[in-house]
Amino acid sequence: MTDRSEMFDKLKGLIEPFNKKGVDLNDATTFAGDLEWDSLTVMDFVAEVEDTFDIVITMNMQAEIETVGQLADAVLKLVD
Amino acid sequence: MTDLFSKFDPLIQQREALLATGVTDPFSLVMEKVLSPTVAICNGKETILLGTYNYMGMTFDDDVIAAGKQAYDDFGAGTTGSRVLNGTFDPHRDVETALREFYDMDHAMVFSTGYQANLGIISTIAGKGDYIILDIDSHASIYDGCKMGDAEIVAFRHNDIEALEKRLKRLPPEAGKLVVLEGVYSMLGDVAPLKEMVRISKENGAMVLVDEAHSMGFIGEHGRGVAEEQGCIDDVDFIIGTFSKSVGTVGGFCVSNHPKFEILRLVCRPYVFTAALPPSVMASSATSVRKLMHGSNKRAHLWENSKTLHKGLRDLGFTLGTETPQSAIIAVIMPDLEKGAMMWEALLAEGLYVNLARPPATPAGMTLLRCSLCAEHSAEQVQDILGRFERAGESDRDHLTAPFTHNFGTSTSAATSGHLRCHGLISICVPAWRFIFHAR
Repeated sequence: MTDRSEMFDKLKGLIEPFNKKGVDLNDATTFAGDLEWDSLTVMDFVAEVEDTFDIVITMNMQAEIETVGQLADAVLKLVD
Repeated sequence: MTDLFSKFDPLIQQREALLATGVTDPFSLVMEKVLSPTVAICNGKETILLGTYNYMGMTFDDDVIAAGKQAYDDFGAGTTGSRVLNGTFDPHRDVETALREFYDMDHAMVFSTGYQANLGIISTIAGKGDYIILDIDSHASIYDGCKMGDAEIVAFRHNDIEALEKRLKRLPPEAGKLVVLEGVYSMLGDVAPLKEMVRISKENGAMVLVDEAHSMGFIGEHGRGVAEEQGCIDDVDFIIGTFSKSVGTVGGFCVSNHPKFEILRLVCRPYVFTAALPPSVMASSATSVRKLMHGSNKRAHLWENSKTLHKGLRDLGFTLGTETPQSAIIAVIMPDLEKGAMMWEALLAEGLYVNLARPPATPAGMTLLRCSLCAEHSAEQVQDILGRFERAGESDRDHLTAPFTHNFGTSTSAATSGHLRCHGLISICVPAWRFIFHAR
């Protein structure tokens, strides 16, 4: 099982290529508000996360995820 | 009091800014008189129609109109009831028979629109604990069907076979799965690799639904669509279609060979809880569907038109949505909404109507001048259309000399249009980009 801080760091690495504004990333960073991602960026990023962890993040789940912290928790649960 | 309309402010402001530039509102065109499938009077001016879904030109077919008039006399103006109560008249049964003949399938069910067909079938057959796997560029009616049902929704990159396969393999093997695909994607007019996608879906235990709204009548040997053309129609579980395109009337349908299909008439809410279409529409539709079975000459001419327009526009320097003509839709990619609206207006001044399609109806934040051809466009009309594009481009030279580039991965216009921005990582309440301006 992956440790949460380890998971957060992994996700941070995946976010970086999409983090055009160089926003500082923490648990509370929001994808829509802070990172200002549009739906296309979200689609590319989600596919990247899914492929990295060999999981599926359904759109139902995505609708509930607003922050990097929430994503870390969700991915941890899925890979567990 | 919170004004419930404040959520629309970004769109209202964008619209006001666009109209402030002096362009005609592209979304409030009225056709004062329709002369034929390809010509109408708009703003008092005779205008060639290159932005309808009237692919086979059936709207003015003598037999189609005569059948409708007869049904008016025989059955009255409307049904005033649901299909399952007092709303099924003889023409409703007849058009379902015509569809079974057309597709050579066991069952056909007619809905009031194509939108409702997707809404009803998808929301009813995929329930709690099931998975719907869909192309990210799916039509709004598909997303709305997903949202109305209780299934888990999984999206994959547009037309990406590998992305579909990966996701299917990651889902629980025992779970019910429905893969939803379209034959022709209506914004760019591109065709799906159905043969591979259907095979992979079947190998992974999924049922397959294909929306063939934009291919019926002219793709495939019998006009049954892309699945027929690619030789995989027998493995498709459900085909969704519409009467409001090649058939030339209004209504939607699903055809299937599933042995239990008829139960849907009792459990599918968008079928049960709405009024059945007027008998005149059903009689016209039945006649049109049967005539489309013998439309191979018209089909060949429509393909000629599509090839000529695609090559002609490319030669004029326009950037198009597809490398090759794949359907009756040819999409011209414009650099942004303002330039797209100006070119649209210049074309209208030349007497040519095309669809201005804009985000969020379009993928990758693109602004498109979407041209859709009709089998009734004559070869001369297509040349005339190219001439009008050339003249409109000249009167709008600043906009044409800008290089038309598009990059599907990075769209700057999408990033700056407020209504596309996501709430939540993504919100299924904002189903991708297809939820307005693209009516079915």
